[in-house]
Amino acid sequence: MKTIFERSRSGRRGLLIPPCDVPEVELDSLIPRRFQRGAPPALPEVDQLTAVRHYTALSRRNHGVDSGFYPLGSCTMKYNPKVAEDIARLAGFARLHPLQPAETCQGALALMHDLERYLAEIAGMARVTLQPAAGSHGELLGLMIIKAFMARRGDGERRRVILVPDTSHGTNPASAALAGYRVVQVRSGPDGDVDIEDLAARLGEDTAALMLTNPSTLGLFERRIEAISGLVHRAGGLLYYDGANMNAIMGISRPGDMGFDIVHFNLHKTFATPHGGGGPGSGPVGVVRELVPFLPVPVIEKGPGGYYLDHDRPLSVGKLHAFYGNFGVTVKAYAYIRSMGPDGLRQVSEDAVLSANYLLSLLRGHYDLPFDRPCMHEFVLSARKHKELGVAARDIAKRILDYGFHPPTTYFPLTIAEALMVEPTESESVETLDAFAEAMVQIARDAVTNPEMLRTAPHTTAVRRLDEVAAARNPVLRWKRRDSEKGEGA
Amino acid sequence: MTETGTLRFSKEHEWIRVEGEGRAVIGITDYAQKELGDIVFVELPSPGDSFEKGDGMAVVESVKAVSDVYAPFSGRVLEVNAALEDSPELVNRDPYGEGWLVVMELGEPGELENLLTGEEYARLYPTDAGRKSDG
Amino acid sequence: MVMLSRLGLDSSSELFRELPSSLRMSRPLALPAALSELELLKTLKALADGNLNLDEHPCFLGAGVYDHYVPSVVDHVLGRSEFYTSYTPYQPEMSQGMLQAIFEYQTLICELTGMEVANASLYDGGSSLAEAALMGCRASGREEVLIARTVNPFYREVVATYLRTAGFAIREIPLDESGAVDLDLLAAAAGSGTAALILQSPNFFGILEDLEAAGNILRRRAPAASFVVSADPISLALLRPPGELGVDIVVGEGQVLGNHPSFGGPLLGIMACTEKLLRRMPGRIVGETTDAEGRRGYVLTIQTREQHIRREKATSNICTNQALNALAAAVYLTVLGKDGLREVAFNCCWKGHYARERFRSLRGFAIPYQGPCFREFVVNCPIPPAELNSALIRDGIIGGYPLARHYPEREELRSAWLLCVTERRTRAEIDRLAEAAAAAAALSPVFPSPEGGTVLENDL
Repeated sequence: MKTIFERSRSGRRGLLIPPCDVPEVELDSLIPRRFQRGAPPALPEVDQLTAVRHYTALSRRNHGVDSGFYPLGSCTMKYNPKVAEDIARLAGFARLHPLQPAETCQGALALMHDLERYLAEIAGMARVTLQPAAGSHGELLGLMIIKAFMARRGDGERRRVILVPDTSHGTNPASAALAGYRVVQVRSGPDGDVDIEDLAARLGEDTAALMLTNPSTLGLFERRIEAISGLVHRAGGLLYYDGANMNAIMGISRPGDMGFDIVHFNLHKTFATPHGGGGPGSGPVGVVRELVPFLPVPVIEKGPGGYYLDHDRPLSVGKLHAFYGNFGVTVKAYAYIRSMGPDGLRQVSEDAVLSANYLLSLLRGHYDLPFDRPCMHEFVLSARKHKELGVAARDIAKRILDYGFHPPTTYFPLTIAEALMVEPTESESVETLDAFAEAMVQIARDAVTNPEMLRTAPHTTAVRRLDEVAAARNPVLRWKRRDSEKGEGA
Repeated sequence: MTETGTLRFSKEHEWIRVEGEGRAVIGITDYAQKELGDIVFVELPSPGDSFEKGDGMAVVESVKAVSDVYAPFSGRVLEVNAALEDSPELVNRDPYGEGWLVVMELGEPGELENLLTGEEYARLYPTDAGRKSDG
Repeated sequence: MVMLSRLGLDSSSELFRELPSSLRMSRPLALPAALSELELLKTLKALADGNLNLDEHPCFLGAGVYDHYVPSVVDHVLGRSEFYTSYTPYQPEMSQGMLQAIFEYQTLICELTGMEVANASLYDGGSSLAEAALMGCRASGREEVLIARTVNPFYREVVATYLRTAGFAIREIPLDESGAVDLDLLAAAAGSGTAALILQSPNFFGILEDLEAAGNILRRRAPAASFVVSADPISLALLRPPGELGVDIVVGEGQVLGNHPSFGGPLLGIMACTEKLLRRMPGRIVGETTDAEGRRGYVLTIQTREQHIRREKATSNICTNQALNALAAAVYLTVLGKDGLREVAFNCCWKGHYARERFRSLRGFAIPYQGPCFREFVVNCPIPPAELNSALIRDGIIGGYPLARHYPEREELRSAWLLCVTERRTRAEIDRLAEAAAAAAALSPVFPSPEGGTVLENDL
């Protein structure tokens, strides 16, 4: 497909700008010439219809939850309610400036204030901030809070280690390193849970915190979480909850009750805000009472005169977003929580876990199951038997594309060879799950009878398998005019 | 392919060929390049950099995996293989020849004694073993 | 029900049998009861109506978020649910739409900034600046970052928060009397320990920084340091691109490109750099390649920099970014095109200067900084700006941003107001603002006598 630059023709435009109604002064008299640009930037020159057709054509080469099943493990690709999109675009939300005087944005502040409290209740935390723009931004904030808390407590200097299980999301060690910590990995045991003895051996005076996902990235509930919490706390460390898998436990169990001190939420996973092709997300952070003073500024308070933003927080870690985070995303999460209510949220988690167990029951026997335990909202299969036939998890994923489904997450967690991580979510009907299982079973058969077809998949997509090696060896990261195109357009 | 019989090996998948006059050429093994898959980028030190044994001194990358290359002994870098900047695939194509990474000054010859012979390395890492995928 | 019975279960609670009973909630969550869609809309509409919105009220606030016109096309394209309900394009064969759009976005950002490579987006202008500072520290092996006090104070706070956590030092360089960074103090501060210099242009006061002169000082005094500039993408339609001025990393707030202010988020963190720094750049990058049949296609590339592969050795922890906002920017720049963006920039410049002159001639008000400006400018007010803002709200106008909190050390900013004028503001609205401000100041009991303070000295 052509790029927008290849559709450009000199002199065309897609929008009229109103004529200027103040004096049009010579630019040189306002801005010294040496600050001015020579040639204007070579932006495309297209009429509006050409632009619209270009982006419509692009959208048709993209797969979203609205296009079809999207069982991408750890990403919770559930249905994104349309009404939330309408609400976020209301002028009273979308057309607000973050520095408006508080008396002119009481509705927005009230929404944020209430959403903080809803999230705190769901996770069993004392207080929540909405400032982080994504899950890993939340992780970074959580670690900043840990660091500030321990520095004040007086043992920050020696507590320089963050423990993560070997099944953790890559963001956990990356966030810890960004926050200036050393990362030490804890093994998982043969049942998929954290190896308690290994954990005990690694805990010590240098431990700042253990970062955990529960249910784990294997889709299993960490059964000894209370023992883990006791061990970490006795060693003087804190327990951090990666909220990527919260869709399994809403209204059923709370991280705060499990002993976690800090929690981040992924509103774009659990709370039905769309992923937007990679973002924007939102990664609020909740903390227990002792850590509240360290939350980033500003915090929303309610006084006799209404809601206001409090910047005067002497122990705060500071700021990690220019304003208050992805407000537009939090509006959609607020709408979701209000439309589900307490029973609805619990039902979401029950249905998500039921769907996963149902799908697992259809695939058991066709793929290797590293841990045969009841799964939570997702489960991990291994294609290691298929690998022996010369078909990798990657090939299976590519073949799934031919059925019009998005493939599961592949090659994660790193501890499972040829991993395929499946998360159906509560949104999907039994018919969809049956159809997906049927495709997966057929692919498992084809791996034996026609491995070449899998190795060369996909066959029906807009493009065939793409050469990622060539892309990385010779990076072409922007469009450039080729000689043959000279004389056309911009 | 270059004769590997005279090489020494580390458990971290480096090979070392002593060139006399206190110089040794270092690269990664055939096993290692196969494990990584298509190499897309090699990050090399600068001539003159010094490393202690076990320090990370280079990085070899495939599309979805990264591998550190550790100094198999202490010393100073004398030369690096500049051809890898434009042609990282040389590491795949000829790991014991054109795909060499660096030449290091061999400080204490005694350090080589702890390295493996080709036979010992091959026993630890048989090249016909099932491959772990790179994700 | 079908699923339960096929699994041979009576209730889904059996699926949670691995949870210790001590951890199971014994009460429902204390949340408001569920609402139907109709009730939900009414409830949320009421909250939205509790705010003054920028469609109905002329707004003169900038300071990081700007009220530029968002063409209809942008929201319609963003409303294509194939885009907005998709995840990160990890399966490229099924995600060519988003990948190509981001590839085009990267190209557009390179065109605007004059840099060699751009990433697929970061969270916002503030966190992008922090990431750039960290890149500078790692690339130079040095530990002190210099940042001008003319950089947006919110961004400075974000940079300070990131650097403090990562263990790097930060030093602020004061401004001179023109409202730009003091180049002499910069020259004195830069040295062999400098990791990076951060400037913003147009700066927080709307004044253009002399990037060329600052860059020359940095090259001379601290050759290892990275030169980081936070630039406004709309101004780059008129201004010399940082890429021509020896800048190593350009960041910026891309909200101005087709994204609504949205109470400060989602925004769009722009980042572009030299090819030399490519492998130190955080975030996703889209590259061109070919498929098995030789057709052009796009993939996420150079991923070994990223957290899902390099874990604790990654260039950053960023995963989810602001892809949809980057798409908005691409659509915006496409629809406005080469002429349109230039016209928007000219309008901002002309209207900004018109408003500045209007306030200069207003009794009791003064313009402290005389450097060339783009869209924003500082006004000294005869009464506290917060009081002016309250008075203006009664007239249906959202006024400017009071500066005193951020610059306690600056005498001339004690009663200062930062005003912003985009192409959306009309001459009539600017005149109305000036008249209402003059009236509010005159009515105020604290209207100063001529000897009442420095604020009047420049003017009368």
